Amino acid sequence: MEKIYSDNQNACKLAKACPETVQFLMNYSKSLNIVTYNNIQFENNLN
Amino acid sequence: MELQIDDSVLVKNYINGEEKALEVLINRHNQRISSFIYSKVLDRDITEDIFQDTFIKVIKTLRKGSYSEEGKFLPWVMRIAHNLVIDHFRKNKRMPMFEGSDDFNIFSVIGDDQLNVEKQIIKDQIDSDLNLLIEELPEDQKEVLMMRIYRDMSFKEISENTGVSINTALGRMRYALINLRKVIEKNNIVLTN
Repeated sequence: MEKIYSDNQNACKLAKACPETVQFLMNYSKSLNIVTYNNIQFENNLN
Repeated sequence: MELQIDDSVLVKNYINGEEKALEVLINRHNQRISSFIYSKVLDRDITEDIFQDTFIKVIKTLRKGSYSEEGKFLPWVMRIAHNLVIDHFRKNKRMPMFEGSDDFNIFSVIGDDQLNVEKQIIKDQIDSDLNLLIEELPEDQKEVLMMRIYRDMSFKEISENTGVSINTALGRMRYALINLRKVIEKNNIVLTN
């Protein structure tokens, strides 16, 4: 039988961010340093 | 049966400096958040980008201590992802993206008319060499050439400015070019890009 509603088939697919993206986020988290000075928060990326 | 640590505990641990807790949180909700983003944007690469931006926001908020724990970590992250998906579509509406196909590459029709760095360096070198050559010309020829080429003046304007006839200005220009060619040929100078 002919397939219908074929345009949106991809919408049902399960996606998952790749391990590199997760690793990037972990590295980002480790390198992020928040400094508070006079009630102002500064973001530093100590990479 | 594996004991699953609650999101709120992991969030607390992460705020207290346990990086591993973040990894558990990301991996636990990876598929759900990615699938949500993908269902909206229908593009794997954009999904990865939005997923990454979502967690960058999550990390910043948690590290700044701005997150208030109400036992709703996942709905909060989904809300951030949702907002970033909206931002993505807003941005795309302002600046639609055109992707070429295998048969047609957009860069074959449009191009950046700016020179690349190497060609720019060569052009600058040629310009500076040419300036040195022009400096060697007799004053009257140099004057006409500079007015014509660098100031884009017509021969009528040149004649009015220099007080000579148009024919004389034309003649000086002609001799200027002949002399330049002579010097270039004599010294085997290559002035091409």
